[in-house]
Amino acid sequence: MSVMTLPGTADNTTIEHSMETSGRGPTPTRVRPAKWMDVAFEWLTKSFAFLVFSILIAILVSLAIGSAQTLEKYGFSFIWSSEWDPVQEKFGALIPIFGTLTTSFIAMLIGVPVSFGIALFLTELSPAWLKRPLGTAIELLAAIPSIIYGMWGLFVFVPLFQSHVQPLLIKGLGDAPLIGALFQGPPMGIGMMTAGLILSIMVIPFITAVMRDVFELVPPMLKESAYGLGASTWEVVWKVVLPYTKVGVVGGIMLGLGRALGETMAVTFVIGNANRLSSSLMAPGNSIASALANEFTEAVGDRYFSALIELGLILFLITSIVLALSKFLLMRLARQEGART
Amino acid sequence: MSVIHPANRVYLARRRKNALMMAVSSLALAFGLFWLVWIIFTLLHEGGAALVRAALYTQMTPPPGADGGIANAIAGSLLMAGVGTLIGTPVGILAGTYLAEYGRGNWLATATRFLNDVLLSAPSIVIGLFVYSVYVAKVGHFSGWAGSLALSLLVIPVVVRTTDDMLKLVPGSLREAAAALGCPMWKMITSVTYRAARTGILTGVLLAVARISGETAPLLFTSLNNQFWSVDMNAPMANLPVVIFQFAMSPYEDWHRLAWGGAALITIAVLALNIVARVLFKKND
Repeated sequence: MSVMTLPGTADNTTIEHSMETSGRGPTPTRVRPAKWMDVAFEWLTKSFAFLVFSILIAILVSLAIGSAQTLEKYGFSFIWSSEWDPVQEKFGALIPIFGTLTTSFIAMLIGVPVSFGIALFLTELSPAWLKRPLGTAIELLAAIPSIIYGMWGLFVFVPLFQSHVQPLLIKGLGDAPLIGALFQGPPMGIGMMTAGLILSIMVIPFITAVMRDVFELVPPMLKESAYGLGASTWEVVWKVVLPYTKVGVVGGIMLGLGRALGETMAVTFVIGNANRLSSSLMAPGNSIASALANEFTEAVGDRYFSALIELGLILFLITSIVLALSKFLLMRLARQEGART
Repeated sequence: MSVIHPANRVYLARRRKNALMMAVSSLALAFGLFWLVWIIFTLLHEGGAALVRAALYTQMTPPPGADGGIANAIAGSLLMAGVGTLIGTPVGILAGTYLAEYGRGNWLATATRFLNDVLLSAPSIVIGLFVYSVYVAKVGHFSGWAGSLALSLLVIPVVVRTTDDMLKLVPGSLREAAAALGCPMWKMITSVTYRAARTGILTGVLLAVARISGETAPLLFTSLNNQFWSVDMNAPMANLPVVIFQFAMSPYEDWHRLAWGGAALITIAVLALNIVARVLFKKND
């Protein structure tokens, strides 16, 4: 048995010539591949996977370290204190947290039904040749940079909203029982309502994309059976498609919510950046992300920085939990799907 | 009498409800498209005039009241997006390769895939904060490198995700064929599966570039801005999104005009990239 190096291959690629000739020449030949390249390549990809794995953790740790000062000083009271006074170095995050949650809630209130409608149209109603262009157009809403939404919102949407829509809302709903307080005050154009509305447009493509994907998972057999029993399109969607995909739909809503919570530039333009707690949605407010965008580069003093970084930490924790939940739900649907087929 | 009779109340009510819901669904679609059209129309209307002036592309950002362009911001944006993509793409592709090719049922791959999806939608402003605290605060000044680093952190999750998805679409029989020929795994991945998934991965990279071209929030704390021409990666660098932000928030009319020009430019570029990526991927199907 002779072992030789084949010219033109890697150094330690070896060829073994079998001596057991079977009368058909000096074959069979076996090339033993270079083992170390395989090991090296696997380790290379593995280390980069580990790098990606550690990014999220690194972000958490660095934000926690950066906000150590306020974390220590205020503890949990940081979350429910509404004082934000950089001059006297008193910091509380209630107002921006409230603004973030309120605007995202408004965004979901509008964005979820609209996305459902669009997904329904694209999966059940649209003629096949229109599906692709319409779907792409909706997806392009997600491609428009958020600063463009902000700028358009401030210069185009806000003046129209202020002069035409807000007075109607205030007049029509301002004196209504229970919800009246939400619609009081002068029409300023900017404010939490406007931010929520613009956010709702921005989350539509994300929620729609997930809903479309999960609707496509429904076995055609199920839908056809329902149609065969005489169900209308709406009944098929509402009583067959939606129950089958509800976990995924909630996952999609969570994904949209995660996006809305962390959206920065669009909100910064239109929310008004006022550190006031107001019951009215017409009033200007502040969100975590826009507080960061506005104040971070102008902050002076360690504690001010620390407070802002803690705001970032809170935002990151909230969005990560929401997004992890979304991912978890979508994975559950995928697993169910795997078990059924 | 048949159940489906025009006089059957229940049947009529169901039909009416169906028609109503289908109309609402079509309206929802119209609602979504309405904003897209309105925003693009506004950009062309407000920024169109600035877009066709050569000064926009040849002159620097002016002080208020003077004539100027956004050449330095365009250059800075291109440079930082380029460097960010160059850093993020290899990292993303290699990590995605591990997930798809080696990571069947191992904890690292499962956990990484999960965390990567969270990172994909994480608020970009937090990425900016992160790079600020680990880099900018340490070296003591804003810089183009910091901006590129922040952008690369946005590129990575997009590329990891698409590489993973696209490699998984490559049929196993291709891999088996390569293995049967005695091809070692690294060679099989680099010259068989990568080649099969090439367009898909490229689509992911293009989408990532489109995403970072318009990102503002992570650049606010990393590259900041620069009024002058500068391609020094170690100094604060002008970039389109931050210039648009600053100019739009200012009270000056001529700054607003430049901001609209920049906004139109950036949106056209981003939408074009998105459409190219989609067309490219469709051809591959």
